[in-house]
Amino acid sequence: MHPAPSVILFSTLSGLGFGLLAWLGFGQPVVFGWTAFWFYALAYALAVGGLLASTFHLGNPKNALKAYTQWKTSWLSREAWLSVLALVFMGIFAIGEIFLGTRWSVLGWIGGLLSIATVFTTSMIYAQLKTVPRWNHPTTSVLFLLYSIAGGALLTGHGLIAAILLLIAAAIQLLAWSAGDKRFAERGSTIETATGLGFMGKVRQFEPPHTGTNYLLDEMVYVVGRKHAKTLRLFAIVLACLAPAALLALPSAGLALIGLAAVVHLIGLFAQRWLFFAEAEHVVGLYYDKR
Amino acid sequence: MTQLPTSTERSLGLVIDLDTCVGCHACVISCKGWNTENYGAPLSDIDAYGANPHGTFLNRVHAYEVQPETGPAQTVHFPKSCLHCEDAPCVTVCPTGASYKRVEDGIVLVNEDDCIGCGLCAWACPYGARELDQLAGVMKKCTLCVDRIYNENLPEEDRVPSCVRTCPAGARHFGDLADPDSDVSKLVAERGGMDLMPELGTKPVNKYLPPRPRDRDDNIDILAPFLDPVIEEPTGFLGWLDKALGTVSGGKTDKKGAS
Amino acid sequence: MNKPVQPMLDTSPRVSDEIRQTTCYMCACRCGINVHMKSGKVAYIEGNRNHPVNQGVLCAKGSAGIMQINAPSRLKKPLKRVGPRGSGAFEEIEWDEALEIATGHLKRLRDEAPEKMAFFTGRDQSQSFTGFWAQAYGTPNYAAHGGFCSVNMAAGGIYTIGGAFWEFGQPDWDRAKLFMIFGVAEDHDSNPIKMGLGKLKARGAKVIGVNPIRSGYNAIADEWVGITPGTDGLFILSLAHELLKAGKVDLDYLARFTNAPVLLNEDPGGPEHGLFLRDKDGKPLVIDRKTGKQVAFDKKGIQPDLAGHFRKAGKTYRTVFQHMAERYLSDDYAPENVAERCGVPAEQIRRIAAELAHVAFEEAFELPIEWTDFRGDKHKTMTGRPVAMHAMRGISAHANGFQTARALHVLQILLGTVEVPGGFRFKPPYPKPPEAHPKPHAGHAPGKPLDGPHLGYPLGPEHLLLDDDGTPKRIDKAFSWENPMSAHGLMHMVISNAHAGDPYKIDTLFMFMANMSWNSSMNTEGVMKMLTDKDENGDYVIPNIIYSDAYASEMVAYADLVLPDTTYLERHDCISLLDRPICEADAIADSIRWPVIEPDRDVRGFQSVLIDLGVRLGLPGFVDEDGKAIYKDYADYMVNHQRRPGVGPLAGWRGKDGKGVGRGEPNPKQLERYIENGGFFVHHMPEEAAYYKPWNKAYQDWAVEVGLFDAPSPYVFNLYSEPLRKFQLAAEGHGDRQPPEHLRERLRETMDPMPIWYPSADGLSSAPGGASSSDNDERAQASEEFPVHALTQRPMAMYHSWGTQNAWLRQLHGKNPLYLPTKLWEQHGFKDGDFARVTSPHGSITVPVAHHAALNSNTIWTWNAIGKRKGAWALAEDAPEATKGFLLNHIIHELMPPRGDGLRWANSDPVTGQAAWFDLKVKIERADPPPEESQPQFPPIKSPVGRGPKNLAWKVGK
Ligand SMILES: Nc1nc2c(c(=O)[nH]1)N[C@H]1C(S)=C(S)[C@@H](COP(=O)(O)OP(=O)(O)OC[C@H]3O[C@@H](n4cnc5c(=O)[nH]c(N)nc54)[C@H](O)[C@@H]3O)O[C@H]1N2
Ligand SMILES: Nc1nc2c(c(=O)[nH]1)N[C@H]1C(S)=C(S)[C@@H](COP(=O)(O)OP(=O)(O)OC[C@H]3O[C@@H](n4cnc5c(=O)[nH]c(N)nc54)[C@H](O)[C@@H]3O)O[C@H]1N2
Ligand code: SF4
Ligand code: SF4
Ligand code: SF4
Ligand code: SF4
Ligand code: SF4
Ligand SMILES: [Mo]
Repeated sequence: MHPAPSVILFSTLSGLGFGLLAWLGFGQPVVFGWTAFWFYALAYALAVGGLLASTFHLGNPKNALKAYTQWKTSWLSREAWLSVLALVFMGIFAIGEIFLGTRWSVLGWIGGLLSIATVFTTSMIYAQLKTVPRWNHPTTSVLFLLYSIAGGALLTGHGLIAAILLLIAAAIQLLAWSAGDKRFAERGSTIETATGLGFMGKVRQFEPPHTGTNYLLDEMVYVVGRKHAKTLRLFAIVLACLAPAALLALPSAGLALIGLAAVVHLIGLFAQRWLFFAEAEHVVGLYYDKR
Repeated sequence: MTQLPTSTERSLGLVIDLDTCVGCHACVISCKGWNTENYGAPLSDIDAYGANPHGTFLNRVHAYEVQPETGPAQTVHFPKSCLHCEDAPCVTVCPTGASYKRVEDGIVLVNEDDCIGCGLCAWACPYGARELDQLAGVMKKCTLCVDRIYNENLPEEDRVPSCVRTCPAGARHFGDLADPDSDVSKLVAERGGMDLMPELGTKPVNKYLPPRPRDRDDNIDILAPFLDPVIEEPTGFLGWLDKALGTVSGGKTDKKGAS
Repeated sequence: MNKPVQPMLDTSPRVSDEIRQTTCYMCACRCGINVHMKSGKVAYIEGNRNHPVNQGVLCAKGSAGIMQINAPSRLKKPLKRVGPRGSGAFEEIEWDEALEIATGHLKRLRDEAPEKMAFFTGRDQSQSFTGFWAQAYGTPNYAAHGGFCSVNMAAGGIYTIGGAFWEFGQPDWDRAKLFMIFGVAEDHDSNPIKMGLGKLKARGAKVIGVNPIRSGYNAIADEWVGITPGTDGLFILSLAHELLKAGKVDLDYLARFTNAPVLLNEDPGGPEHGLFLRDKDGKPLVIDRKTGKQVAFDKKGIQPDLAGHFRKAGKTYRTVFQHMAERYLSDDYAPENVAERCGVPAEQIRRIAAELAHVAFEEAFELPIEWTDFRGDKHKTMTGRPVAMHAMRGISAHANGFQTARALHVLQILLGTVEVPGGFRFKPPYPKPPEAHPKPHAGHAPGKPLDGPHLGYPLGPEHLLLDDDGTPKRIDKAFSWENPMSAHGLMHMVISNAHAGDPYKIDTLFMFMANMSWNSSMNTEGVMKMLTDKDENGDYVIPNIIYSDAYASEMVAYADLVLPDTTYLERHDCISLLDRPICEADAIADSIRWPVIEPDRDVRGFQSVLIDLGVRLGLPGFVDEDGKAIYKDYADYMVNHQRRPGVGPLAGWRGKDGKGVGRGEPNPKQLERYIENGGFFVHHMPEEAAYYKPWNKAYQDWAVEVGLFDAPSPYVFNLYSEPLRKFQLAAEGHGDRQPPEHLRERLRETMDPMPIWYPSADGLSSAPGGASSSDNDERAQASEEFPVHALTQRPMAMYHSWGTQNAWLRQLHGKNPLYLPTKLWEQHGFKDGDFARVTSPHGSITVPVAHHAALNSNTIWTWNAIGKRKGAWALAEDAPEATKGFLLNHIIHELMPPRGDGLRWANSDPVTGQAAWFDLKVKIERADPPPEESQPQFPPIKSPVGRGPKNLAWKVGK
């Protein structure tokens, strides 16, 4: 899949933002006044910024409101609902904490759970797609959730929990990668099944239907070099998980260190997400003899 | 509308004969022409006269080659547009309801007035049948020429998809695949019509007729007697000719040639 | 689940305000189209269901017509060159000035030396008109593109069966059970062939594709013969060998309808050796089996004897058939002895021969249609032999193509499958034997029209166009000893010969719709040099070039004066029975184009411009005695011109009452009738006339009735071609017109009256003969050095160079890789994205490669005419067509590499002059590192029309 900056920004930033909101909603930490303001500002900047980034991916954003209609079947519609609900609940909750110095903790819990659910719906947009076997697996949701919650922990200064969660994420990430590498083959779609010509013999592309590019190729057929991918995976797991975990494990985990860990984590997360898209092979590539 | 109808009254679709398609792209351009002028936004072309021309098409013709275990490689031209799946994943993922499958005939359509151009349906389609128009920002796909097949402004015989009407080789057939007595259903039954990527469970309505066996020489034995020499030594040809001519009489032609 | 609510949908939208029916021009197939108009603009184009050619279907190009008439490359106004030739720098001028400039050159030359004006046209469909103009003007130098296109097919067919494949005949699609298609990627009969293949497929009939490349039609063939290029003749004669050996030939057909029973003079060394024995009326003689007497071949009631022979005055006479059997029964043609050379296993050859025999004779059938032949014999039925064949440039674009085409027709004749149900059928005005065609003319004099039509079919050396000293009269050397039967001229030699002053220099080159500085030339770079070369005085060696094009093609840049044409929806055109009509096997048909839209630019239909020029020059046929214009414009000519009394460009609705078919006075309302009828006219022949046409009384009478000819003229097929033998006799020293010494041997070998095969694609020589043994060594060496055959194919969705300006089509074919077979792909370790350096004896190109397994293992190929010169066609200079696309033409030379004899040997068929595009042999290497762009590249041309818009979102109605 094409690793479009808008979807990378969207999924990483909103994941972090909703992770942060969840921690805040659960009262970890409990904050008031200016402190609360800055926390919520950061959380909303990330969550809303991410959501806004996602609209750059829309061809026709003026119809965006219509996306709320199909919550019965569409994960994207559910995400739309949940993100708004989460933001609304957490918004009211935040007003209490920032301006009124009160904690409506039930609201916080609901908002926090909605935030996590939002991340889950985001993950399901990808995980539901049978056409992208690498995504079409529980690890997709697990990782989205782990990164989100770990990121929230990190930003809320829960150094140790963050470190542990990141280490778990790292382990599952490794698992997801190695299992993901096999998933396309497991799904059983080949150029032979795609064309139905397997009964005749080995199939290969002779000519593509057009010599230039098209939307499908631009959007769904992205080829990453194997070597390149390997380095990037190392880079991603070190920066997103191992390095921040190490930094957080340092005894004097001060604000600066947390900030550093967050930045490193975010960079690593970008790499992880870039790979998430770039390495995901859509079955349509079979028609172009490309994956 | 993102919900799929539990069943449709008819299942209109295409049957594409891979034994006959010569790969001429006539269906591709005819489709482009009709759908640019008709249903929804025009199918745009980006950098039309430049270095990277690319535009929206609802139907594209691939070409493959197949290497059988024995015998020479074979070339297969392979047109592909929306298969109007029964279990269309492109419909259920759509957040706006813009994508829907019609109850009356099973045609899968995009209502452009509702589409936000999120592209998710194109991601959900295994067959590459949906393309987001880069200028209009809405999702485009084969409409099965829904604005032709019922169109009362067209003569009855023209109420078929544009690609079917134009296909010079007659490799494209249109009809109701839910009706076992329709011509298309009979073709599918006779020629072993097949699904693409059945493992994904989309249950395509469109069917492909596989290429017939090629380069087979299994009738050698039957044919062998046809080349028995009439006479072994070449000079004997004249003698044979005289004899053979005896059997050819004016007006009446010997069906078996000269044998 | 509840029923989802669906949006309201208008399933009956208005399709258009109006349909205008005319004829497509995106290729030479000439399908009927329905042009849907919305608010006066073209909204959608579809096929016309009633049209005889396409019956409603339309190809990609046809449907893309809307992008053609709106292409930014359309020329807008007459152009006068201001920069150096080839730069593309022009100024726009008014039509008056343009026509004055043209008239200036043309008048001066007509008055002084009309032969110094050479008028050559491309694949237009108005040759009967352009030829008429050129004849009135008086230059001997006129031809259309046939010489580089497929004249071998035409000439091979006319001289053998009096008709040809091309679009002049068609398989009996409804009845054939076995169809063999040789060397066809697309052909002129584009849609009809596809429709026909579709019919065969629907019936489950068998298709055998003979082609080094398996794509398109060959992809759907049930059996593929991946033949080595240039060897079809051998393969075909081997099939004939097998059939003869097994006696599986149609003796009755041969005896009745061919010259197989005609007696040949066997007097070695005599002046009549190999000529027909004739009676005192000049009629060839046969022996009647009933009486044993020699009688004229067409005498009523006879039974011609295929085995006839006799001796008289010490001379032996035997039939053509005996000679033929003797030749082809030879072991030289045995499958095992040709298999390796052809790249076709002996088994396969044998099996195909058996299948041909099986289907032709075991699956024969009778149609209950009575008919009478030219000898007066009545036949109760028509015998069907359901084997049909078709062939095109894969056979003809080789230097042995004429003989190969003949061989194929001979194979059809042996099987008795020409003009019978299930076989190959002529489309009127064919059949038409060589004798019925005009002879070529070149008699010119200042201020006078030419003494006859330019082109035709010579029947012997007496018809060659030579000066007394033997110099060719025509600039292209057509109808000279170098290529005596060059029935279509040699357009590919015009620029080269004019530049070399061989046989003489010319002053003005006047061309119409041929992209001669690019894809329609061999040696493209050389041609560009010749067009820009200057003499010692600093003047261009070819002083004036006038050119008409509709678009900013590569050739436009090389003209001094450009006359911008209209597009096909903006003008009148005439697809005439006098020319290349659109008939069906059982009907005459013709059609028109008419302006369904008005030009939005200052352009004029070229045919009307020619009429204007004809009037300005005062040409006979264009002005009356008072010098007044006879025709206002081309539309007026189409209606009112008469070639013979009562016979004009259009056959339909003739006569004052509009009831005349084929014959009748001009009808002022004729064009209206055509438009009402959908732009075409079709008239069917009676059922009993539909087969056996050359010999069928009903057909002959009908043809006279509709004006195809003026008296019944039946003939028999020429298994043996006497005109060829006459040239051979001259080469053997007989007769007073003698070839130059250096051509004797070649003429003797290649002008064989019975089909032969000789190697053509050996990288050095075009034909055997004329070659010393050192030449032969040289050839063998070249063959080793350049071992790979290199071919082009036409993409079905593009028309030569002009498809590229089409925004829709160029997305399908915006660049062209060089396809390599698995053997070469692996041998050189190629990967996707690689480039190869391809070298011929003439030069090299460096181009992107791709792998194609279904390909003859010693052949590489690419799509024709996708590669473009930077700056042409109103495309961006970095368009993929220019940066990645390429032409094979750069490494094909119009001349053979010099042989040390100082002579210019053309890369052409020695019989017809057909350009041997497919004789190219090359060697190939991996280009490491690959270049940025395909090579060679040339400086960009300045676009005379600017550039196209960035994006398109085309919708006419809203
Ligand atoms: N390598 C290789 N080269 C080949 C061949 C091959 O097989 N291989 N094939 C050869 C053959 S058979 C042919 S016929 C030639 C074809 O070659 P060309 O005859 O040169 O064909 P086009 O490239 O179509 O060029 C025709 C010109 O006509 C112009 N034109 C188009 N429409 C109109 C119109 O309405 N009016 C006017 N006035 N001009 C118009 C186009 O702009 C273009 O410049 O190529 C030959 N070249
Ligand atoms: N779409 C489209 N249609 C066209 C044209 C076009 O440009 N585009 N051009 C028109 C013109 S001008 C012409 S002349 C016709 C030509 O129509 P075709 O005769 O179909 O011409 P080509 O495309 O040159 O195809 C030649 C075929 O011969 C094969 N071949 C080459 N050498 C040999 C050989 O030695 N033996 C055999 N058996 N096969 C061989 C090649 O592989 C190729 O498939 O098409 C006309 N129709
Ligand atoms: S129009 Fe027909 S033959 Fe041509 S590519 Fe399409 S399906 Fe194949
Ligand atoms: S082919 Fe693709 S777009 Fe069409 S119905 Fe099936 S899944 Fe949807
Ligand atoms: S692109 Fe349009 S049709 Fe497709 S899923 Fe999004 S809203 Fe629905
Ligand atoms: S049915 Fe209509 S929309 Fe679909 S591919 Fe054919 S022409 Fe295009
Ligand atoms: S074959 Fe195609 S381009 Fe040629 S005339 Fe017919 S529709 Fe037009
Ligand atoms: Mo041609």
